[in-house]
Amino acid sequence: MRRVAILGAVQTRFEARKASLAYNELVYGVVRELLDRTGVSMREIESMVTASQDAYDGKTISGMAINEVVGAYLKSEAKVAADGLQALLYGVARILSGEFDLTLVVAHCKESEGDPSTITGLMFDPFVQRPLRLDEDVAAALQARRYCRQRGLAPEDVALVSVKAHRQGLKNPYAQRAGEFTVADVLASPLVVDPIHELEAAPRSDGACALLLASEERARALTEHPVVIVGIGNCTDAYWTERDLADARALQEAARRAYAMAGIREPAREIDVVEVSARYAHEELMAIEALGLHPSPVELIAEGRAEFITPSGGPLCGNPPTVSGLVRAVEAYWQLSGEAGAHQIEGARTAVAHGAGGICGQSQTVVILRRE
Amino acid sequence: MPRRVAIIATGQTKHTARRLDVNIAELITEAVTRALEDADLTLRDIDAVLLSNMEPFEGFLFPDLWSVEAWGGYLKPSVKFNTGGTVGTTTAIAAYYYVASGIYDTVMAIGFQKQSEGHTQTAITTVGDPIWERSVMAGAIGNFAVMATTYMHESGVTEEQAAKVAVKARRNACLNEYAHLQMPDITVEDVLKSEMLAYPVKRLDMCPQSDGAVAVVFAEESKAVRLAPRPAWIKAVATAHEQQYMGDSPKRLAEMRSLVAASRRAYQYAGIVNPRKELDVAEIYEVASFAELAMYENLGFCAKGEGGKLIDAGVTELTGELPVNPSGGVLSTNPVGATALIRVAEAALQIMGKAGRRQVENARTALATGYGGNAWTDVIILSREKP
Amino acid sequence: MSAEEKTLRVPFLLDTEYRYAVGHYGARFFAELRDHARLMGMRCPECGRVYVPPRPVCGICYRELHEWVEVGPEGTIVGWTVVRIPFIDPMTGEQRPVPYGFAIIRLDGASTSLYHFLDETDERRIRVGQRVRAVFREKREGSLRDILHFRLLEV
Repeated sequence: MRRVAILGAVQTRFEARKASLAYNELVYGVVRELLDRTGVSMREIESMVTASQDAYDGKTISGMAINEVVGAYLKSEAKVAADGLQALLYGVARILSGEFDLTLVVAHCKESEGDPSTITGLMFDPFVQRPLRLDEDVAAALQARRYCRQRGLAPEDVALVSVKAHRQGLKNPYAQRAGEFTVADVLASPLVVDPIHELEAAPRSDGACALLLASEERARALTEHPVVIVGIGNCTDAYWTERDLADARALQEAARRAYAMAGIREPAREIDVVEVSARYAHEELMAIEALGLHPSPVELIAEGRAEFITPSGGPLCGNPPTVSGLVRAVEAYWQLSGEAGAHQIEGARTAVAHGAGGICGQSQTVVILRRE
Repeated sequence: MPRRVAIIATGQTKHTARRLDVNIAELITEAVTRALEDADLTLRDIDAVLLSNMEPFEGFLFPDLWSVEAWGGYLKPSVKFNTGGTVGTTTAIAAYYYVASGIYDTVMAIGFQKQSEGHTQTAITTVGDPIWERSVMAGAIGNFAVMATTYMHESGVTEEQAAKVAVKARRNACLNEYAHLQMPDITVEDVLKSEMLAYPVKRLDMCPQSDGAVAVVFAEESKAVRLAPRPAWIKAVATAHEQQYMGDSPKRLAEMRSLVAASRRAYQYAGIVNPRKELDVAEIYEVASFAELAMYENLGFCAKGEGGKLIDAGVTELTGELPVNPSGGVLSTNPVGATALIRVAEAALQIMGKAGRRQVENARTALATGYGGNAWTDVIILSREKP
Repeated sequence: MSAEEKTLRVPFLLDTEYRYAVGHYGARFFAELRDHARLMGMRCPECGRVYVPPRPVCGICYRELHEWVEVGPEGTIVGWTVVRIPFIDPMTGEQRPVPYGFAIIRLDGASTSLYHFLDETDERRIRVGQRVRAVFREKREGSLRDILHFRLLEV
């Protein structure tokens, strides 16, 4: 059966505010760099999938503003209004359908241009929840408390995720926020919404990333060791107030599908690198469990055995919404192509990229890459 | 050769100005239930769901996730698209690719919009680029009006010919139990006398704003053959985008660059050389009456400049050589997130022989188009014959 | 009670602010407009098309744009209308008074066109191909509305 490979991946540095760049310019930057790096001309690319949100862009049909810079004039582009990793899934489908050989996948967000609290408030039920002025931080706080209570975790346990992430971020030139923090530092950082502290929540970010997908045949013509997408899984959970927020059922299910496709039976043993989209520290703990990496995530991290998990530092070090999940695929690709620089996990052959969307990660996506 | 994919079921709500009896989620459920019933399916038969909706209209972020129960999405793969007016066909095309890819065997595409619950004007104004366009936006009406004058100047089509399109649409709509605007007695004179909104566009030349939803089920070959007596096979799909700003393709009706590109690509793929002769029915995305005439030309149904003559000759009437929009089209029904997918559903109904009183006899090849944003285009060709 | 009156509704008002970056290309364009009442476009090195608004690439050739050229202030009407139905003016939040002229205008030297207002509201006096000239405001701040409207040059 035909498979899809990744020819190249690029991301911008994430910053609190890229004031001088309109988002079409931001996107052009990553696309141009990707074409230069892969040596592929836009003339050869007929298919594009983009990910962005009108609400963040402050523009209806906001994908329109980037159609030229992604090379879509008279070509086939579609925009998913979802986490960027979903754009990669659709890109894979387009190539596997046999109609296209190359597909450009792009995600962008300038979170600085709008008000994230109002914007994320639009995810909530308009009848009984919006009048409460909820936003994603409030929902995450409720989930954090529920999850920690369920698992018997203390604030110090969750803070370990932040300590690890920010330390790893020091080795990532694209990180927005990084540093050597202690658990005490994390818990002393201002509260976003109790019990989530500032260093336990992703900062507000502007940024973009792009990947070039191709058929495996095409990738093999260019390299002896193509990075092939060997498993994908996507799953939609119930709406946040209709489920136990301590359960990561959708992620378990998405992972199960992806693992089955990839022939992975023991994830903890067979996976070398995992990039998790944890916008809040507790989400990484939940993901480690749901991905079947370890039943006691806190133990794993405390014992220093979690360096292979989100070595980029992840969203806590910089997180434009929508770009979140797709940049995990960029990082996972770099790990397998040996381009991860200072945060390279040596000898990585199998990598997982994880993306999530909606309130408390209602939508979950898992992609498995393998260096052949 | 890609996997063969067919449409096996459709379901639509009754589209109206205002559905007071259902909220957005319930509106979706209505369409989904009807689609499942159409081919005797259950949610278990659906592997993945793709959603089509322009969320700024109702002021949402991730309305698909909020409404997940309404469309049976619990623990299913799903994603929502956002590409303006084309979003319905974008989603149908995505459903095709997902099934053709082998990743899923059965995909349901759902389009929905409850425009009465939002502020349409705001959502359309914010289509305009905030730096370069928004401050002078004059809505979809102003936009079409300025394009129409160029088109009239170049082609010589008249307001009367455009009015004939408006009449055809609202009369055809009377045969469509789902259509929003049904006007059995509408005349050309009614259209010409209706309120001038922005020359030459009069009230009856424009599409309405509607509440409505549609669901279309796509399946791979073996399932399609088993589940539908006459599946509508996807023969070709094509998308062509445009440049970034509204004024980049200034003659956007006279020269519809993306429609020409997408339709020629689709025709070539489907082996169609003379669309007027080889298509049996077309459901096209005409936001205004003038637009339909321009689309005749750019789709190759007639020579450039001859769009008006085509409608004069009755070619595109329900009884004509190539019926266009027997459903009543966008001019009769326009819940934006659903509209383009309704084109696909209606084209599929024609092939499947389920189009009731608007059925075109012996429809073997059908065209569906989507149009949106700065005039980009989707084209889908359906056939009774397996590709 | 009508069906409408019987229907329970929950109102939701979205009041939010966006701060849009003008970007490098917009910054140059609007600085010229503000400081010199001059309109600028960018020429594609491959096809020679001159783009207004300016932007990173020519979408047709996919070549980067670097060359600035002056365009206008006169131009030609490509398409026009007189808007008679009220729309909210996004700059004021109020209904823009009707009627007003509105057109697609190709500035001299540009390959693309801009949408803007006309200073004419009589349909009989406007036609495709008519020559127009940009009328600039006295006090300009670096926005599209620094152009007040376009004046018809002949009737």
